[in-house]
Amino acid sequence: MSDTVLWYATRGAGVVTLILLSAVAVLGIVSSMRWQTPAWPRFLTTGFHGNLALTTLAFLALHIVTAVVDPFTALGWNAALIPFSSSYRRFWLGLGVVAIYLLLAIAVTSLLRPIFGYQAWRAVHWLAYAMWPVAVIHGIGTGTDTRFLWMWAIEAVCIGGVLAAAGWRWGRASPTAWREVRVNG
Amino acid sequence: MREQLVVDRIRCDGHGLCAELLPEVIALDDWGYPIIRAGSIAPSLLEHARQAVDACPVLALKLALVTAM
Amino acid sequence: MDRLLSGPPLTAGAESYGAHQQRFGALPAAAARSLIGRLEASHLIGRGGAGFPVGRKWRAVADRANGKAVVLANGAEGEPLSLKDRTVMAARPHLVIDGAVLAADAVGADDIIFYVGAEHRAAEAAMRYALAERAADLRGRARVVQAPRGYVAGEESAAVHFINAGDPRPTTTPPRPFERGVGGRPTLVQNVESLAAAALVARGDDAGTSLITLSSAVRRAGVREIALDATLAEVAASAGGLARPVQAVLLGGYFGGWVDITDLWARPLAPASLRARGHAFGCGVLSFLAEDSCGVEATARIMGYLASQSARQCGPCLFGLGAIDAACRRLAARSAQPDDLKRITRWGGELAGRGACKHPDGATGLLRSALGVFADDYAAHQRGRCVRGAPAAGRPGALAQAVA
Repeated sequence: MSDTVLWYATRGAGVVTLILLSAVAVLGIVSSMRWQTPAWPRFLTTGFHGNLALTTLAFLALHIVTAVVDPFTALGWNAALIPFSSSYRRFWLGLGVVAIYLLLAIAVTSLLRPIFGYQAWRAVHWLAYAMWPVAVIHGIGTGTDTRFLWMWAIEAVCIGGVLAAAGWRWGRASPTAWREVRVNG
Repeated sequence: MREQLVVDRIRCDGHGLCAELLPEVIALDDWGYPIIRAGSIAPSLLEHARQAVDACPVLALKLALVTAM
Repeated sequence: MDRLLSGPPLTAGAESYGAHQQRFGALPAAAARSLIGRLEASHLIGRGGAGFPVGRKWRAVADRANGKAVVLANGAEGEPLSLKDRTVMAARPHLVIDGAVLAADAVGADDIIFYVGAEHRAAEAAMRYALAERAADLRGRARVVQAPRGYVAGEESAAVHFINAGDPRPTTTPPRPFERGVGGRPTLVQNVESLAAAALVARGDDAGTSLITLSSAVRRAGVREIALDATLAEVAASAGGLARPVQAVLLGGYFGGWVDITDLWARPLAPASLRARGHAFGCGVLSFLAEDSCGVEATARIMGYLASQSARQCGPCLFGLGAIDAACRRLAARSAQPDDLKRITRWGGELAGRGACKHPDGATGLLRSALGVFADDYAAHQRGRCVRGAPAAGRPGALAQAVA
């Protein structure tokens, strides 16, 4: 394979997107659990969650654009916009396109939440639990660097982190469980 | 332009981010629900008030214009 | 002197349409247009508990109606100590209907709903029968809806919410019912006694009387009609006098507050006079607490009921009233925690205005009045004693019978 700048940029941006997306997912879970300490108020968690998500979008855009314009890959814009339409690793790359649309839906409804309203925003946000695994599997399936140990280490940390957070969330009682008071006994 | 913070009391679920971001105006009661100081928001705090409105996870907080009675 | 309740005795059941027309004559049709002005001039205030001026409310709806408003006659009467609304509906249904029809014509409404508490069987039966007697005149404009049981089901946004969506819980306001209510249309929510009083004003009356419900340490409990300038002493005398020495009166029901008997005995019960002294007539409940009853116990029972009646939508109401209830019960049982009295004093000032409806306001208003009127009793209970010499907790207090 030709080691052009664009090719490195695509792979690098893809890895950064994976790391950021996993961090965003962990922060989202921590936020829903209302976790906080005197030194770490909740607006830090939610603030990072939103800002890192925007950063993720930036790196995702870099990842997509460098992949498409790279003359070596022979991927047209169709491959990036229409799922499962590429000739190169059709299924695994197609998953990535699916993840793009899920992420865009989440991002747009979040940025324009006052317009969409709370119910619509919340319903779409649940798609995050589908979007993240689809993105991760896309990375493993199309990744050129999966033969390297350092790549496996990054994957392990990202997947492990999100699974640990999810396990913590579903293992614990709801953060508002203490409120299930029964008035008058 | 005099603006006041208004809470949708049914939607509010006591997340408390508003009090973190605007402690000069919003305090939390014993169960985590907001107590908002009466009166309009000082101009120097308006930007923080808008951030508090954006930060509410359930969109319960709003900035409303105070209409003279 | 009786006006709302003049005519056949209450024990005779509902007055028929024929008898009603004989006593009052036809409904003054032309009165409808000028009625709002006459109501404003009469200073008639609402009898549902909030005391809002009736004329001003009708004008607010009329200004927005475009002929498509709705009149909701509120006969839910969720206040446990009040019996007057079910009484006026059961005995004088045609006066209530007169008021509702006049309201509909005056504000421009084409739909009249009689919202009657499901447990007020006689009242509902009387209203349905009376509407059937007038079916030809009403031409399908009016209907009866059963209000669900529960203290807040009679709150105006809860009533509208129930009719719109089957959910008797208050909603966030604005918009208030007079702006957008039943079916999204401007809705006049008016207490049934207020409507009956308006029907008298339309016929030239001056609305100088009001209905009250007497209970507890008085010889003849029940609903009475009083002149607004009557004193509590005169009212008690007309009910056969007090049965025992009395220390305080619960004025206005659970949504009202305790008043020391000496503050109320010799002064007129007129709403304006009460307001000037910091009290509220409310829905006209007057419940007498005997000298040898314990105000702390009585209040704890009321706070328990009010906490249980929270619609559970707003944190401060659900948790605040729940915590107040628990502390009040400990105080009543003389096993208070060290900070209980301090805490309920603080919470009593923190909950008002922080719910979607006025339930926490009413509950803490009653608590604050109790902390004032029974200050010595509360101090004693915090220290584990009762100055009334009440026996061990568990003996039903004076108000136990009245609490549903």
